[in-house]
Amino acid sequence: MKTIFSLLKLTLLTVILFAVIYPLAIYGIAQFAPNHGKGETISVNGKVVGYQKIGQKFDKSNYFWGRPSAVDYNAAGSAGSNKGPSNAEYLALVQKRIDTFLVVHPYLKKSEIPSDMVTASGSGLDPNISPQGALIQVKRVAKERKLSEDKVKALVEANINTPKVMGTPTVNVLELNVALDALSKKGS
Amino acid sequence: MNTELFGVISIFIISIVLAIPLGKYIAKVYLGDKTLFDPIFNPIEKFIFKISGISSTEEMNWKQHLKALLSINMVWFFLCFFVLLFQGSLFLNPDNNPSMSPDLAFNTAISFVVNCNLQHYSGESGVSYLSQMFLMFLQFVSAGVGMASAAIIFNAMKERTTDKLGNFYNYFIKSCTRILLPLSIIVATILAFSGTPMDFDSKDAITTLQGDHVEVSRGPAAAFIAIKHLGTNGGGFFGANSAHPLENPTYFTNAVELWSQLIIPFAMIFALGFYLKKKKLSYVIFGVMTVGFLLLVIPTVISEINGNPAIEKMGIAQTTGAMEGKEVRFGPAISGFWSIATTVISTGSVNSMHDSSMPVSGAMELLAMMVNAFYGGCGVGILNFYIFIILAVFISGLMVGRTPEFLGKKIEAREVKIAAFIAILHPLLILSGTALASYFAAHDTAMGYWFSGNATGWLNNSGHHGFSEMLYEYTSSAANNGSGFEGLGDNNPFWNITTGIVLLLSRFIPIVGPLAIAGLLANKKYIPESAGTLKTDTTIFGVMVFAVIAIIAALSFFPALALGPLAEYFTLK
Repeated sequence: MKTIFSLLKLTLLTVILFAVIYPLAIYGIAQFAPNHGKGETISVNGKVVGYQKIGQKFDKSNYFWGRPSAVDYNAAGSAGSNKGPSNAEYLALVQKRIDTFLVVHPYLKKSEIPSDMVTASGSGLDPNISPQGALIQVKRVAKERKLSEDKVKALVEANINTPKVMGTPTVNVLELNVALDALSKKGS
Repeated sequence: MNTELFGVISIFIISIVLAIPLGKYIAKVYLGDKTLFDPIFNPIEKFIFKISGISSTEEMNWKQHLKALLSINMVWFFLCFFVLLFQGSLFLNPDNNPSMSPDLAFNTAISFVVNCNLQHYSGESGVSYLSQMFLMFLQFVSAGVGMASAAIIFNAMKERTTDKLGNFYNYFIKSCTRILLPLSIIVATILAFSGTPMDFDSKDAITTLQGDHVEVSRGPAAAFIAIKHLGTNGGGFFGANSAHPLENPTYFTNAVELWSQLIIPFAMIFALGFYLKKKKLSYVIFGVMTVGFLLLVIPTVISEINGNPAIEKMGIAQTTGAMEGKEVRFGPAISGFWSIATTVISTGSVNSMHDSSMPVSGAMELLAMMVNAFYGGCGVGILNFYIFIILAVFISGLMVGRTPEFLGKKIEAREVKIAAFIAILHPLLILSGTALASYFAAHDTAMGYWFSGNATGWLNNSGHHGFSEMLYEYTSSAANNGSGFEGLGDNNPFWNITTGIVLLLSRFIPIVGPLAIAGLLANKKYIPESAGTLKTDTTIFGVMVFAVIAIIAALSFFPALALGPLAEYFTLK
């Protein structure tokens, strides 16, 4: 009994050290981080339109689209599809996504569609697409927005993050679309 | 693609290079030498032990060590169980998440106490911040227990005859304060400045650019994610674990998180060499482990970069490789590397969904956990490898007709019996669990209390891949890993309770076994090295250990792998 009591005291003290003091210290440090450690947001005209790191749903034809999401971009319940590579239903779904993509982008050849545009991400909240995934949407977006293709293409290129040493090239869909809105406004 | 491969190779090399000085530091901590943090932590530890009335200097034999280890784990289990069971009505629950069901609380409490972090809930909706903080406490102390066990083994390997093997509480607390805490503070700070949230606010409701309403989960994630990796726990703060863009915001944080799960398992091996002043022995061990790791990682990275042949056939461009379940900011190369790092080491955090990995990768992930001794988890990796060393010494001894000896101690029937039992336990737990679940799934049994509906309902994929989902779940539980083929419907009494039992047995028996062997050996007469001694710090002995591992893992698991991922590989065209 005496040992149990001692062990409880030891547990309580270590809880204070590792689950109270440690997180509070990090909380204190995070006050100096971007947006005080609450997650970086992106605002338009002073109104928060999203989190910079969290992907959001874009399905309107005048925006660049992100990747398919297994949770429909629900940022309070992240998950992937967990479909196995040989799952027949899953493969049919990918085929359907390709067909739909080609209907909306009739100017494309199948071989121009990168795999990230027709597969769901791991988190369901992927904020990025590959540069190729953005470039193939330029023609559609330009037409919808009545902007010149060159201008929209230049916008995409300005939004490609190319890694210098290590990493993958990415395009942040939300940032691109915010810039696109700004471009439209300037153009009209 | 080159920048991706360069990323993979440089993270691996940086981890090895930094593990050497850290190993030296860890050896100093366990030897009780002076270290950098003494002025800060000496008084804190003294205070903790004084208030608790526990001696941190009294030397213990191996049985006393085990008694201390098991009793404190029991205390943690019950506390955690009750916190989870009543979290809905306790404080620090701004999102009003409900309390856990008893079977889920049972599974979760065990899983965090044993350093596995199998999660049958989703972080956003399944736990309160109070629970998250308590689980984070367990991430510290469960890693500390693993490292303390390794320290006891180090102590037992010294060239002397004794039954006194140091003090458990001393090893345990120092592992937490001197090693895990300082590194966690560094990693958590990097994460917080890279965009991982560290707040206690509830969900944020926003209107997106195109006008949808969404809620965004946040919370004290940065502190949690740091120790989740450093302690090789792997339990995610959010449901999608390190694939979640707040849990792992950039390629750089991904590198930091990878580094932090590799560094302590690497460093522990070097620490062994510094501790015993037998550097060559630790190089041989590290070499064997690295060969094993590379043999698993290379096929995985290649198959992920090549992508899914079934999608290739549809005629689209797979220049970025297999992307189902992966994030664009990481890409297939580092995701493949991570999937093996996290399974070889018992972390179990994921940055891509393993259920959607290519069949070859799935096989390698499974094999990594089935072997469970290449690097391995915080401290316990060495324990698992120790078993294979004992077996290899015994077999080589028989082959050359000498009494098997390891570090000057005779290995006799009793030690070999324990080692053989531990080596058999792992496949036994995995395969009997999988056989049970497969039996129900094959007969589509109505499960009653155990699962709502028929047994096939828990599968997210059919056929070979469905079998792999069940095999993976038990393998992950038995290897104390915690990753999953997450499509499996596992939050129900059947999976919560059966994996809970596997978790318990596969954590504590593999700690008890090696400690018993080490304790028994330490008590034997020391025989100085002579011309007749079988040298254990040579390449040839390394090859021998590798062969023992390959034979045990291949023989026990090959049939199961053939039914699951290998069959899927050959049917996928």
